[in-house]
Amino acid sequence: MDEGDDILLRVEHLTMRFGGLVAIDDLSFDVRKGEITALIGPNGAGKTTVFNCLTGFYKPTAGRIGLRHGGVAAWEALETLTDSSQRHMAHADGSLFLLERMPDFLVSQTARVARTFQNIRLFPGMTALENLMVAQHNRLMLASGYTLLGVLGFPSYTVAERGAIDRARAWLDRVGLLGRADDPAGDLPYGAQRRLEIARAMLTDPVLLCLDEPAAGLNPRESAELNELLLSIRADNNMSILLIEHDMSVVMEISDHIVVLDYGVKIADGTPEAVRNDEKVIAAYLGVPDEDVEKVEAEVGA
Amino acid sequence: MVDVRTTPNNVTAALRDAGLTALISFALFLPLIGFETVSNIRNELVLTTRWVLLFSLVAIIAGGRLSYALVIDPWLKRRAMKPAKTEASPALAAIGKWFVPFAVGFTVVYPFIVLATAGTGGALKWVDNFGIQILIYVMLGWGLNIVVGLAGLLDLGYVAFYAVGAYSYALLAKEFGFSFWILLPLAGCLASFWGVLLGFPVLRLRGDYLAIVTLAFGEIIRIVIVNFVALTNGYAGIGTIPRPSFFGIPFNADDNGFAAVFGLPFTPIYRTIFLYYLILALAMLTCYVTVRLRRLPVGRAWEALREDEIACRSLGINTTNTKLTAFAMGAMFAGFAGSFFAARQGFISPESFTFLESATILSIVVLGGMGSQIGVAIAAVAMIGGTEIMRDLDFLKQVFGSGFDPTQYRMLIFGFGMVLIMIWRPRGLISTRAPSVFLKERKTISADLVGEGHG
Repeated sequence: MDEGDDILLRVEHLTMRFGGLVAIDDLSFDVRKGEITALIGPNGAGKTTVFNCLTGFYKPTAGRIGLRHGGVAAWEALETLTDSSQRHMAHADGSLFLLERMPDFLVSQTARVARTFQNIRLFPGMTALENLMVAQHNRLMLASGYTLLGVLGFPSYTVAERGAIDRARAWLDRVGLLGRADDPAGDLPYGAQRRLEIARAMLTDPVLLCLDEPAAGLNPRESAELNELLLSIRADNNMSILLIEHDMSVVMEISDHIVVLDYGVKIADGTPEAVRNDEKVIAAYLGVPDEDVEKVEAEVGA
Repeated sequence: MVDVRTTPNNVTAALRDAGLTALISFALFLPLIGFETVSNIRNELVLTTRWVLLFSLVAIIAGGRLSYALVIDPWLKRRAMKPAKTEASPALAAIGKWFVPFAVGFTVVYPFIVLATAGTGGALKWVDNFGIQILIYVMLGWGLNIVVGLAGLLDLGYVAFYAVGAYSYALLAKEFGFSFWILLPLAGCLASFWGVLLGFPVLRLRGDYLAIVTLAFGEIIRIVIVNFVALTNGYAGIGTIPRPSFFGIPFNADDNGFAAVFGLPFTPIYRTIFLYYLILALAMLTCYVTVRLRRLPVGRAWEALREDEIACRSLGINTTNTKLTAFAMGAMFAGFAGSFFAARQGFISPESFTFLESATILSIVVLGGMGSQIGVAIAAVAMIGGTEIMRDLDFLKQVFGSGFDPTQYRMLIFGFGMVLIMIWRPRGLISTRAPSVFLKERKTISADLVGEGHG
């Protein structure tokens, strides 16, 4: 199997209706391992809804969202898993997860999909370090013997906690916040909060990192730094990243693959170069020239 | 900058303002106070006037308004313009550093100080009414602090778990004759079992809805106790509950009693002092466990839950389980306190577990500062000790005449104090949060940033 088919996440026929409103209509796309995939589209196109479906915050009306851990051969189990009533299935080569069947916390805990939010959701009254410690909750919970050993002061927990602090320190250093580790997260400047949220998501040890508008509210210098951070995360951790973004300087520069949504429908899917020149994409963002209106209306059946 | 000094212009404006106030109050009080109907000896209604009272009232109001406009208002404005002090003075920092060891040391030697100063007879009151009573509430406050202060779940029915603990001890000790030391953990387990049972259906609710349902749960437990006469003896309560013994040695006047065994003259003070140290140990256990839990992942998850529940779920934290553990933990300590209460009183009835108790415990937590162990302890001392001490303010009778009963004004003074606290320290006595872990230095976090939880 060649590099391009190294699919990590497979979204198929995803549909989400809120009453009469169809937010996502029959959307299918793939995210490949080790690539940065961007999900773009005009306001209200349904991008965040896709994220909420992926991470279990919404239960999609229809569709299948498959995620694999381990080798590509794990996809062979997809149909068997779909027919069963299980959420995930082990395979000789790895394991498969159906995200649409999982509650939100399990998507992060067992399927290991991490996310950030469009409006930053840090714990403002806790320090930057504490935010990163909360992200390692499940690992530490295990080490503290579900609290019991921890309360009694067993050394296994002390060791695990020191390890967690070291990991948090490494990430703080990486996002340039080591000097502000003991400051409350709510006191950090906006750009720093964005970076901290990414570090926090990374500390849940994900296989897929979903970023909802990471460059929103950043100045050009900060978004250039963000580009570097995301590229380094991809390179160093072989992380697959799915991001929603409006800032084209970020999208076009770092994405390997772009999916364009408009009114919940996929209108383009390809490399940045292909998407940039796609007529439908240009029309969705900029509108069409007057002489073409009739032609386009006939095309979309309006 | 606004000039707030008293200028002639200000004085005229203030006078005009006071005059207007006098006019309005005169118009208001003329029918209310100026006229009075009195029935005379032939049962006829006679209209009388009370001009002196009316005008003195109007004068007081106008004078008050004038002094507000000329003195108090400028003072408040000047104060608001001054930059708020951000750095605590070194003296305050020193007090903060030595306060906890001093307070713990004082509570340990307290019974002996009282014994030395007040004698055996007086000590009984001071150790029992003050010491034990306050420590029960300190413990309850610390227990509720886990639920309200750390996890941010507003619980208005906390007394229900206290009642479960008390009745578990009373019934099991009377029916089966189990000892206090077996029943203490058992009562805690039963209370936390009920906490989980309540938690399961309730924890999908948030904020006000959660508060109302917990309030209802508190009432349900109380009403069940009142009506399940066959088990709980209803309003009549349960009496002659076995008292805890000192490692098997009972506190009585017998030959094998505590006093006889240790060759001391018999007085009831030994039992009281024993109970004092018992509740002190239980309260310290509560505090120790809470402080430890805050540094464990579960405690951090509680606080994270209070800050942002959705972010918690995105990090793979099972929020339902996390809330349940907070509820169960809080309930367990209430259960311990409840069984101690039953053992100390020897008699319990539903009267002891009314909503007022829940409200008192909650106001201790809110007054102390949600999440702060020291704050809650201080608030418990102030509230419970304060209300107790007001029973003893006999010297006020000399001031206000022998008909004056200070206990009747307890609630008034208490309410007034609450209003003042809410004005000056709306987030409680100690509102800052201390981080659970740090790299270089532990900086306290201002209350403005810390969430209060919304369910």
